[in-house]
Amino acid sequence: MTEGNDIVASDVMFEWLLRRGDTALILGHRVSEWCGHSPVLEEDIALANVALDLIGQARLWLSYAGDVEGKGRGENELAFLRDVWDFRNYLLAEQPNGDFGKTLMRQFLIDAYQVLLLEALEQSTDERVAEIAAKAGKEVAYHLDRSADLVIRLGDGTPESRQRMQSALDTLWPYAGEMFVGDRIDDALSDAGVAPAPESLRPQWQEAVENVFAQATLDLPQTEFAHSGGTTGRHSEHLGHLLAEMQFLQRAYPGATW
Amino acid sequence: MQVSTDTVWKWLAEVPDPEIPVLSLIDLGVIREVEWDGETLVVTVTPTYTGCPATSIINLDIETKLRSCGIENLRLEQKLSPPWTTDWLSQEGREKLRKYGISPPVDEPETESLSGRLARLGRKGGVVVACPRCGSEKTEKVSQFGSTPCKAAYRCTACLEPFDYFKCH
Repeated sequence: MTEGNDIVASDVMFEWLLRRGDTALILGHRVSEWCGHSPVLEEDIALANVALDLIGQARLWLSYAGDVEGKGRGENELAFLRDVWDFRNYLLAEQPNGDFGKTLMRQFLIDAYQVLLLEALEQSTDERVAEIAAKAGKEVAYHLDRSADLVIRLGDGTPESRQRMQSALDTLWPYAGEMFVGDRIDDALSDAGVAPAPESLRPQWQEAVENVFAQATLDLPQTEFAHSGGTTGRHSEHLGHLLAEMQFLQRAYPGATW
Repeated sequence: MQVSTDTVWKWLAEVPDPEIPVLSLIDLGVIREVEWDGETLVVTVTPTYTGCPATSIINLDIETKLRSCGIENLRLEQKLSPPWTTDWLSQEGREKLRKYGISPPVDEPETESLSGRLARLGRKGGVVVACPRCGSEKTEKVSQFGSTPCKAAYRCTACLEPFDYFKCH
């Protein structure tokens, strides 16, 4: 049996929920790759905790997606038994970690967006979406305090750290635009009052990141170009490699449990 | 014969939090409801953090405890809303935390909107966290995260001891 609200078609709702769940899952997995490799112990613990929160949020979104789809797939099937083209995460989430600075820059760009999105989703006409957003919003706001703080400290740090943060920003900036481009899925959800139109989040996000970059002494890239494709399953080469590791156990030993 | 829900609450007050055993699950504020649904006892639990690995252990501990008390038909339900907050930590629980060496959450002056928080990034004042050992307010944050998702790492600049702060959530 399918669940969900009565106002949005279940296939549309399913697609939108995958965007939420997959972005949290893929970013969470990327961050978890740092476990045991961070520059200092405190950061290792912090990164692992951020990853845990994100994977916890992914579970909530993907469980709901499975219920809406109504084909008996749960969070585990959706996480481990799909291939690259089935994933709906933003391209930014799957970008490789690079150095510590690049990981934090990626985190900051997404955290700032997620905080605005989740705050708007707390007012969703879909009760379950509103509940998940209220829970996740508190966690993401805490992540944002940290990622913004480190972007500022590393940007306004040594010449070496500043150069690395500027390079991270220049590399990642063209991937940020995708989060603010709506399509027919977003239109349907926004018409039904389930989610905000992605474009509507841009001005506040832009203002917040520019404020942080100014404090970090970083130059805002001047390009308007934005990569796209993640939300429709056209991913960068990196996602396949990530999935090969994340899904290894289920690929090698189908149905394995513990 | 069915035991009263008051008795069940007393039993649950004997179940320690798996990561901070000085707190009971009742002190932690994660037990939302206890009620009978016909012959089945329904315990509603709320997660502290979505990815906290202790969540499944907490459910297992609740089940083990209630089964050992003779409850046969048991159902655990998860409830997300309203989301768990450290406001639900009991006063008794806060005192137990301090004695255990963990500084309890300091209530922030007012709950701020997420976008309000976004606008003041990099200019935060921060709360004053007292050292649980010597009581000094001369402390500094070492890291936003500590040994579990619910804690941050601090250091006292008076007695020089490191300590965990149960962060406000």
